[in-house]
Amino acid sequence: MLSRTADNLYWLARYVERAEYLARILEATQRLASMPLAYIGETNEWESALSTAGCSSAFFAAHEEANEATVTDFLAFSTSNPSSIRNCFEVARSNARAVRTALTMEMWDAINTTWLELKRFGNRPSSREELARFLTWVQECSLRFDGSAYRTMLRNDAYWFSRIGVYTERADNTARILDVKYHLLLPAHEHVGGPLDYYQWSGILRSVSALTAYHWVYRESLKPWLIADLLILNDQMPRSLASCYENLVQNLDRIAGVYGRQGPAQRQARSVRTRLQNSKMDEIFQSGLHEFITSFITDNNKLGSAITQQYLA
Amino acid sequence: MPVGLAFDEMKGTDGQVRAPYSELANWLGDVKADVLDYRRREAELLFRRIGITFAVYGEADSTERLIPFDVIPRILGAKEWDLLRRGLEQRVRAINEYLRDVYTRREVLRAGIVPDDLVFQNPVFRPEMNGQKVPHNIYVHIAGIDIVRVDPETFYVLEDNARTPSGVSYMLENREIMMRLFPELFARHRVAPVENYPDELLATLKSVAPDSASGDPTVVLLTPGVYNSAYYEHSFLADKLGVELVEGRDLFVKSGLVYMRTTQGPKRVDVIYRRVDDDFLDPLSFRADSALGVAGLMSAYQAGNVTLANAVGTGIADDKAIYSYMPDIVKFYLGEEPILKNVPTWRCREPDHLAYVLDHLEELVVKEVHGSGGYGMLIGPAADKAQIASFRTKLKLNPKGFIAQPTLALSTCPTCVDAGIAPRHVDLRPFVLTGRDKIRIVPGGLTRVALKAGSLVVNSSQGGGTKDTWVLDR
Repeated sequence: MLSRTADNLYWLARYVERAEYLARILEATQRLASMPLAYIGETNEWESALSTAGCSSAFFAAHEEANEATVTDFLAFSTSNPSSIRNCFEVARSNARAVRTALTMEMWDAINTTWLELKRFGNRPSSREELARFLTWVQECSLRFDGSAYRTMLRNDAYWFSRIGVYTERADNTARILDVKYHLLLPAHEHVGGPLDYYQWSGILRSVSALTAYHWVYRESLKPWLIADLLILNDQMPRSLASCYENLVQNLDRIAGVYGRQGPAQRQARSVRTRLQNSKMDEIFQSGLHEFITSFITDNNKLGSAITQQYLA
Repeated sequence: MPVGLAFDEMKGTDGQVRAPYSELANWLGDVKADVLDYRRREAELLFRRIGITFAVYGEADSTERLIPFDVIPRILGAKEWDLLRRGLEQRVRAINEYLRDVYTRREVLRAGIVPDDLVFQNPVFRPEMNGQKVPHNIYVHIAGIDIVRVDPETFYVLEDNARTPSGVSYMLENREIMMRLFPELFARHRVAPVENYPDELLATLKSVAPDSASGDPTVVLLTPGVYNSAYYEHSFLADKLGVELVEGRDLFVKSGLVYMRTTQGPKRVDVIYRRVDDDFLDPLSFRADSALGVAGLMSAYQAGNVTLANAVGTGIADDKAIYSYMPDIVKFYLGEEPILKNVPTWRCREPDHLAYVLDHLEELVVKEVHGSGGYGMLIGPAADKAQIASFRTKLKLNPKGFIAQPTLALSTCPTCVDAGIAPRHVDLRPFVLTGRDKIRIVPGGLTRVALKAGSLVVNSSQGGGTKDTWVLDR
């Protein structure tokens, strides 16, 4: 297939995934920010939402203060923030339009309908209820798009490139949450938060839609090291780094199989997966959770460039 | 032009329902207005969701707009179609002969059929094509010939489109939507299918691959990109053809061969169905500022390693200045009388024609020789004094730049409007495919309809709509 088509599919999937992630972040932040300070401590959740979304510097270049109104607007509706939900959907739709022929009718319909409905939400919601409806809608759009891809696409390179986009983005998103919140997940004796952190922990899980999953997997009350385990090493958890890399390796291998050739992308994905497979949570804590996450983010970016060089350029 | 005087496709001039329309007239008599209205809205919703939109140049606000679709079909009987089909085939054969001649032996010029200066001083004439052999001597693989009708027997060719004619996606989608919305109407008629158009097109394109191509040639569709007004059509066709939709940046030329960049490395391309104008095809040969084209494409083409459909330089066949010579061109090459007539045309370059035109501006349609899309024309009967005066000045300054035609009473077809069903003027663009083996014409075409009462301008950029076109198989 055309490199440009593959590139568009890859980014289309990434942008839809990112929009969903931003919606989850906003939901979780809203929830935390509305709690009495006694329960969550003296934190500015809105600032932390910006770092988790990876756009603090862009935000503060244009705004003085991070609060509910400014951050919600910036992450959800702003046209000047290239990664706002609105722009994610705009870019996703224009990518989709550029590769109409590579999409199934259902996928096109999902993304085009999203784009048409986006206009109806106007520039900013008039109330928290409306915002809540908007955020739910964003997640539904992403689910619909993802479901359409899963259920209607031919299992060929177009599908695999689109999956690779989803998992690269997802891995990046999960890693970013961990990067911003890692200090809350350190083993109990190492940090000073105390019971305040309970709501922070559940906030983290909510932002990757893993709160229920946590209880099913561990059958325990929230423990920070288990949360870290769930998000990093547990391959049953669809948003964990391990699961993302399991999928990345699989999809890259399928492409290599059909094309009859492997390259740096396959090797990079496999080496990250091996590292995840061979890690144990206590070792990660010992050698430094933050260092682990930082180097994961670097590795994940390396994979992105390898994929681009090998297939998309 | 008062609509009442025009020939109506359904009711002729005497109000009697014509045979091809008898079933439709019965059905229209029975169907409730709200049913029609409901289906009409449903059709719009379908179009919107499928994403058939087009961009109108110059309208900053609406980069994507729907072309209005009218649910009442335009119907042609088998005999009418047979006449059209033969006429179209003849015309396109002559156009291909003429192009080959103009770029090689130039007998048509030596015989004085077409004046030299109209060819050589014409900006759409491409000197790069002089003496250039094109694969299988076919220049125009895809033609869209605009036809208007003024009475039961007379079809005129209004315009030949021999460069990158568009609109065929509407022909196909209109039929899809009509079949979805009005299955009972199709059950009452025997409508010749059009859905095989993409197959016919692909067969045509593969048949003209260069001799050096492999047994199964690689065909691509070259689009200027998403910002082009016909982008939807490009993606639609590429999809139906099962070929890659490429932009200039997806292609490159190496050692005289054209390749596309794929996820598996470079892949050779044999036939390019290009929807990019000559000017933008190759920055090395034409406009250096074009970012839409492929550097070196012309050299690969001239080396005979790739087929461009349509060929470069075909504008010299469909230019409005050449149009008026087309009946003579048909006779010159084929030795036959043209089956489809031209609209009588005054060439303002000829002094006696100009004098007549200046005296009769109020009743004529004056067109710019190089205009298109319904822009830059004067419709005498609909114009006010100031417009006529300004055109008079333009004409005197540059008579060569204009032709004039009588204001035709274009035929009308019943159409859904706000006040119910009313006659509106229509034209027809059938698509003619010329391959190495044969000419293929799918029965039907795109019917465009002027939605404003009395309007004769059917262009989508000027508020025209479209209709499904039915050719009955008996």
